[in-house]
Amino acid sequence: MNKLRIIYNGLVAENPTFVLLLGMCPTLGTTGSAMTGMSMGLATMGVLICSNMAISAIKNLVPDRVRIPAYIVVIATFVTLLQMFMQAYLPALNESLGIFIPLIVVNCILLGRAEAYASKHSVADSLMDGVGIGLGFTVALTLLGSVRELLGTGTVFGARLFPEAFGSLVFVLAPGAFIALGFLIALINYIRKRSC
Amino acid sequence: MKKLSSTLSNMVLSLGVITIVAASLLAWVHDVTQEPIAEAVKQKQIDAIKAVAPEFTNNPVADKWEHTPEGMSEPFVVFPAYDGGRFCGAAVEGYSLNGFSGRVGVMYGFDADGNVTGYEVLQHSETPGLGAKMQEWFRMDAGKRSVIDRNPGSDAMYVAKDGGAIDGITAATISSRAFLETLRNCYSVFEAYKSDYLNSKDNE
Repeated sequence: MNKLRIIYNGLVAENPTFVLLLGMCPTLGTTGSAMTGMSMGLATMGVLICSNMAISAIKNLVPDRVRIPAYIVVIATFVTLLQMFMQAYLPALNESLGIFIPLIVVNCILLGRAEAYASKHSVADSLMDGVGIGLGFTVALTLLGSVRELLGTGTVFGARLFPEAFGSLVFVLAPGAFIALGFLIALINYIRKRSC
Repeated sequence: MKKLSSTLSNMVLSLGVITIVAASLLAWVHDVTQEPIAEAVKQKQIDAIKAVAPEFTNNPVADKWEHTPEGMSEPFVVFPAYDGGRFCGAAVEGYSLNGFSGRVGVMYGFDADGNVTGYEVLQHSETPGLGAKMQEWFRMDAGKRSVIDRNPGSDAMYVAKDGGAIDGITAATISSRAFLETLRNCYSVFEAYKSDYLNSKDNE
C-alpha cells in the first residue's frame, strides 16, 4: 500500500478520536486548552510510533498466546522512558499533563494499533501507521482543545480573541468536553458524508 | 521467518527476553535522567523561593528548617532569607489536605515582621476556572482579595464568610479556606522559626 495512503488513513478515514472513538480518557481530560491538548497528542504520537515499530519488529518472536502481555510491556517501557525524559527536560509540561502521561500505557489506541496493524505489517508500514494515527490524534486533541479554550476563556493558544467575561465556564469543565466533542464529531461526519 | 508456536518454553523465553531488554533500557535511562530530574525539582524550588521571599544573599535551601504544625503529619519547611547576615524574612512551604480535590501545596514569603511578601501555588488539583484561580486571586488588588502585604499576626486570615478579613474566590469557598489555612499554618511555623531559632542564635 502507498505510504502516504497509510498516513491519510490514520488522519482522516480512521481518525482515532472522531471516527474510531478510541482513547477518550485523555481526549476529555487534557483538552482544557489548545496547548495541553497538542502536547498530549504529540506525546501519544511519539510513544505510538516507537511501540508500533518495536512490536512490528518482534512480531514473529512473540508466540500468539502471550502477545498481549508482551505488547503491554513494550508500550509501558516507552511510556516510562517518555515520562523520565519529560521530568528531566520539560518539567513544566510534565506537570500540566500530570497523570495522563503514565496513563498513555492503557490508551486503547496504542494496544489497538499494535494488535490490528503492527503485528501484521512491516516495520516501515507500522511507522507510517504510527505517524498517521498519531497525527490524527494530535489534530483532534488540538482542535478540541482550541474550541474549549475559545468558548471557555476567549483565548486560543493563549492569544485572546474576546474578553474572558464572555467565556462560558462549562466548556473548561468536563461537561463542556463532552458537548464540544459531540458537536465536533457531528460536524466531521457531516463533512465526510458530503465529500464521498 | 515463521512465527514462533505457543509452546511453554517459547512463551517463557519470549516474555523473559522482552522484559529483560525493557528493564535494562529503563535502568539505563533512569541512570541518565536521574540528575537532570533532581536538578529540575531543585530549580523549581529555588525559583519559587526567589519569587516569594525578600531578596537574599544566602542559600535558603541549605539553611532550611523543618517544623510540623499541630494536626499535620508532614513538616512544613522554612527557607530563611538573610541579606548579608541580617535576617530579612523567609519562604515557607506548606500544604493543606482540605482542598476541594485533596492536597494544596503553597509556598508563602514573609518579611522579617511577618508581612506576606508573596506566594506561589506549587501543587493543587482544584477545579479549573474556580479553585484553580487561587494562583492569581489572592494577589488581585480588588476588594479584600489580596493577602499581599498583610500580616497574619494582626489580620484574621479567614474568608469573609467565616468572619475573616479576606474575600474568598467566588464559588470556591472550600479552595479558599484551604489556601488560607495553609497561610495561617505557614505563619505559625514562620513565627516558631523566628522565636526558636533566632533566639538561640542571639544567645550564642
